[in-house]
Amino acid sequence: MNILFYVASAVAIIATFLMLTRMNAVHALLYLIVSLLAVALVFYTLGAPFVAALEIIIYAGAIMVLFVFVVMMLNLGRAAEAQEREWQRPSLWVGPSVLAVVLIAEVIYVLTHADTRMFGAEVVGPHQVAQSLFGPYLIGVELASMLLLGGLVGAFHLGRRLEEKR
Amino acid sequence: MNPIVKSLIILFLVIFIPLNVAAGLIWLERRLLALWQDRYGPNRVGPFGLLQVLADMIKIFFKEDWIPPFADKPVFVIAPAVIMVTVLMSYTVVPWAPGATVADMNIGLLFFLAMSSLGVYSIVLAGWASASKYSLLGGLRASAQMLSYEVFMGLSLMGTVLLAGSFRLSDIVAAQRHMWFVIPQFLGFILFLIAGLAETRRLPFDLPEAESELVAGFHSEYSGMKFGMFFVGEYLGVILISAMITVLFFGGWQGPWLPPIVWFVVKTLFFICLFILLRAALPRPRFDQLMSWGWKIMLPLALLNLLVTGAVVLAARP
Repeated sequence: MNILFYVASAVAIIATFLMLTRMNAVHALLYLIVSLLAVALVFYTLGAPFVAALEIIIYAGAIMVLFVFVVMMLNLGRAAEAQEREWQRPSLWVGPSVLAVVLIAEVIYVLTHADTRMFGAEVVGPHQVAQSLFGPYLIGVELASMLLLGGLVGAFHLGRRLEEKR
Repeated sequence: MNPIVKSLIILFLVIFIPLNVAAGLIWLERRLLALWQDRYGPNRVGPFGLLQVLADMIKIFFKEDWIPPFADKPVFVIAPAVIMVTVLMSYTVVPWAPGATVADMNIGLLFFLAMSSLGVYSIVLAGWASASKYSLLGGLRASAQMLSYEVFMGLSLMGTVLLAGSFRLSDIVAAQRHMWFVIPQFLGFILFLIAGLAETRRLPFDLPEAESELVAGFHSEYSGMKFGMFFVGEYLGVILISAMITVLFFGGWQGPWLPPIVWFVVKTLFFICLFILLRAALPRPRFDQLMSWGWKIMLPLALLNLLVTGAVVLAARP
């Protein structure tokens, strides 16, 4: 499992980096999808198969499809790529890189100094996830569902108003 | 038998049999359609025209594999592979017979849903990478259609999960020893059948490739074996959905007298023929009808089914 974990993490990091540096929006999205799949595998190797499956179904399978859908509708061409190249000047990378290096330093410090038992602690199956979601964290789940309902009603309202104007 | 040898044999069969059956389905579909339309269909090459498939395959392998100069080359090449990979990955969790599964995961059903939700990328990316307006329209239709029908596809299966108490497909089959889930979950079965049709983009849900409006939809620009991959991917999807209907609602391998694998194959073949009959019988809806049907009728029905099943399971619990 250790090897799988490291390979999946490496893929996730490389794919995310490539996603940031792509000029073409659809290529960037494809790398983001690969990154999400790799993160799902990371979850799986850490003993959370249920979360891994949901990661693929919800993020890679539904939300990213919507992103691709919107990008396709916008029909970005060569002009958009040129603009993207204009925006991604090398000097822009300085700030984020410094912040990322700070984070990496922290992670290395934690990994080398604290006793972190990462692998194979225990496998958290669907039953355990459901029991904690609808047991101690019930209020959180309900609040999140209300927030989503609010978003849904808002989206419906916006769509409806456009319909009537026509 | 050595366990490694046994799993290698299962692995080989799980890839080999669906791929060949998928090719054979081309012949079966043409013959059955012809039968229902009072024609002969392909009957010249070999016995009953069975070698027609071989002739078609040889032909398609020798076709020029042409990539349009205006296409996005890497994405254009990856797209047909995505559908083959995702559908074949789904076959890993299908329990063909007791113990004959590649991976009997405790999240087997979720794995199937995850892979089928990734399959949409193949169609969408093919439509986008072709850089032609018909392909793009086909890709847009595919992404909207598959996203809408995926939502209640997952929800329609949760009733069976509630009754079986597990996402593991072999547990779901085992839970149907006394009664097939099609009886308590009839609504779930109908919903899953419709969602499955939409996921495999079969008629009446083949709007992404509606040839009367969009030339050939998302695969207008594809030729040779890349086109063949979409074709075989579609038939693999039909076999997969039929197998999943068998597993989830019709007791999988269970049945009297005959060996388990025979029952599984017979039931799956029945649903494959049903898919073909639906193609022969039903016209294609308009796209807005398809979308409103999905969101306004099927989704509420799936939620209702889940609610009632949950209430019954809770009430029946000692």
